[in-house]
Amino acid sequence: MSTVILAAENFRAPHLEYGQLAPMLIVFGGAVLGVLVEAVFGRTWRGRVQIPLAFATLGSALVWLAILAANQKPHSVDAEGALGIDGPTLFIQGAILVMAILSLLLVADRQQETFVAEGAALPGSDAEAQSLARGSVQTEIFPLTLFAVAGMLMFPAANDLLTMFVALEVLSLPLYLLCGLARRRRLLSQEAAVKYFLLGAFSSAFFLFGVALVYGYAGSVKLGDIALAVSSGPGAATGVPVEVPSIVLIVGVAMLAVGLLFKMGAVPFHSWKPDVYQGAPTPVTALMASGTLVSAVGATLRVFYVAFENMRWDWRPMMWAVAILTMVVGAVVAITQTDIKRLLAYSSVAHAGFLLTGIVTTSTAGLSAVLFYLAAYGATTIGAFAVVSMVRDTGGEAGHLSRWAGLGRRSPVVAGIFAFFLLAFAGIPLTSGFTGKFAVFTAAVEAGATPLVIVGVLSSAIAAFFYVRVIVVMFFSEPEPDGPSVVIAPATAAAVALGLAATVVLGVLPQPLLDLAGSAAGQLFVR
Amino acid sequence: MSHYLVLSSLLFTIGAVGVLTRRNAIVVFMCVELMLNATNLAFVSFAKLHGNLDGQIIAFFVMVVAAAEVVVGLAIIMTIFRTRRSSSVDDANLLKY
Repeated sequence: MSTVILAAENFRAPHLEYGQLAPMLIVFGGAVLGVLVEAVFGRTWRGRVQIPLAFATLGSALVWLAILAANQKPHSVDAEGALGIDGPTLFIQGAILVMAILSLLLVADRQQETFVAEGAALPGSDAEAQSLARGSVQTEIFPLTLFAVAGMLMFPAANDLLTMFVALEVLSLPLYLLCGLARRRRLLSQEAAVKYFLLGAFSSAFFLFGVALVYGYAGSVKLGDIALAVSSGPGAATGVPVEVPSIVLIVGVAMLAVGLLFKMGAVPFHSWKPDVYQGAPTPVTALMASGTLVSAVGATLRVFYVAFENMRWDWRPMMWAVAILTMVVGAVVAITQTDIKRLLAYSSVAHAGFLLTGIVTTSTAGLSAVLFYLAAYGATTIGAFAVVSMVRDTGGEAGHLSRWAGLGRRSPVVAGIFAFFLLAFAGIPLTSGFTGKFAVFTAAVEAGATPLVIVGVLSSAIAAFFYVRVIVVMFFSEPEPDGPSVVIAPATAAAVALGLAATVVLGVLPQPLLDLAGSAAGQLFVR
Repeated sequence: MSHYLVLSSLLFTIGAVGVLTRRNAIVVFMCVELMLNATNLAFVSFAKLHGNLDGQIIAFFVMVVAAAEVVVGLAIIMTIFRTRRSSSVDDANLLKY
C-alpha cells in the first residue's frame, strides 16, 4: 500500500465548475433555505414564503439549465470526477425540472385538502382535531420536495457509483416522508410510507453491495475506470493488476441493476409501486411517477452505457427478460384493478418496460428515443394525476373506479381530457404516447430486438383494453346520484392544461423535441 | 483476504433473509442495517486488496447515509406504531391487489 503523508501541501482545494453544477446547487440551496424558513418564520407566514421560494428555486434552476445547454453545450466530467454534465444529462435534468414545477403546482394547490395538518398528530385523536381546527399546514413538504428534486437531478448526473448511491438516498428519503403525509385515509398513507421505506432501503442495500463488488473488481467506483477494467481486466484503472474472478463483476452488475430497476419499478421489483402510488398524496404520486422514473432511467442509462457497455452481451439477456416481464405483467395485472391510482401505477410499470426496450438497444437512436419517451410520458402522467386529484367526493378523492361512472355526463370537459391522457398512455396516433412508442420500437428493431418489440406491441394492445374500459365507465354508464364532483382549483387546472398541451404538441408536432433529444443523445454520455 | 469477503457475503445474506422472514418492522429495518454493514466490510477488504483508500472513504459515506436512513425510518415506523399499536408488517394490509 502506498504511504499517505498527511501534510498541508498534500491537500488541495477541490475544483468545482460552479457554472455547470448551478442547477443542482440552486435546488439544494433552495431546499436548505426552505428549512431555514421553517425555523425562522411564524406559522401564518411559512406557507406564503415557502411557495414562492420553491417556485423561484425550480424556475431559476431551469432557466440556468436552458442557458447553459444553449450556450456552452457542456460535455465534461465535473466536481473532481463526481458528476458528468453532458447532452443526455442536461436533457434529463431539464425534463425533471419541468416535471417538478408541474408537480409543485399540484403540491402548492389546496394543501388544506391534500396534505396532513400535523403529521405527528394521531389519526382520530384530539390533537388531530385541534390541528385541523387551527387550520395548520405541514409546510415542511416544500423543502422536502426540493431535496427530492435535487436528488433526482444528481442521480442521472453521478459519474461515480458512490455519488450515485448518495443521490439515490437524497432522492428517496424525502419521498418516503412525503408519502406518509396525506390528509385523508391516513392509515393508507402511513402504510404506503412504511412499505416504500422498507422496500426502498432493502433495494438500496442491494445497490450498495453491487457497488462494493464492482469496486472489488475494478479498484475504483468511477464509471470511466470501471469501463477500463471491464475491457482490460481487474486493476487496469489503478495500475496495480490483481486477481479477481470475473464472477465478482457479474454478480456486482446484477445487484446494481436490482437497485436501479427497483427505482424504475420494473418487474419483479415493482411490488411497491401500486401500494405507494395509491396511498401517497396525489401530488406526491405525480412527482414520483414522473420525476423519479425519469431520474432512475437516466441513471440506468449512464451506468449501462458508460461503465458496462463492453459487457453488454452479459447484461442484455437479463435486461431482455426484465423488459418482457415488465411489459406483460404491467399490462395484464392492470386489467383487474378497480382503483384509478393503482391502475395508473400498473400502467407506469408497463411503461417502464417500454423504456427498457429502448435501453437495451445501446444505440444513439435508442438513447434519443428513450429521452423523448421520458419527456412525453412524464408530462402526460402529471396531467392524469392532476385530473385524479380534481375528482372528489365527501371523503376526499374518489379513487374507486365505480365512483367515476358517468363522469363524462356530469363534467364532459374534464372527463374528455382524462380520456385523452389515457389514449396517450395507450399510444394512439396524434398523441405524444404514439410518437414515443414509435421511436422506441423503431430503435429496438434497428438494434435487432424484434422479439421485444413484438411483446411490446402485444402488451400495448392489452393495455389499450383497460384504458378504454375507464373511458367506457366514464362516458357510457349512468352516473350515481351521490357521485363525485369535479373541484377545479386554479393551479391544478394549470397543471392539467400544461400536461394536455404537451401531450397534444408532442403528438402533432414532435419534430422539435425529437431533434433536441437527438442532438442531446448524439453527444453521448461523457466518460 | 477472501475470508473477509465470505464473512461479508454471509452477513449480507443473513440480513436479506431476515428482511424477507421477520415480521416486526423494527427487526426488518435492523436486518437492512446489517446488510449495509456487511457492505462496509466488503468495501474495506477490497480497499486493502487494491491498496487504495477509496473503499475506506466509501465506508464512512455509507455510515452517514445509514444514520440518515435510521432517522427517517424510525420516524415512519414510530408513526405507524402509534396509530395502530403494532409494528408488525403483516398488520399493515390495507393496500393490496
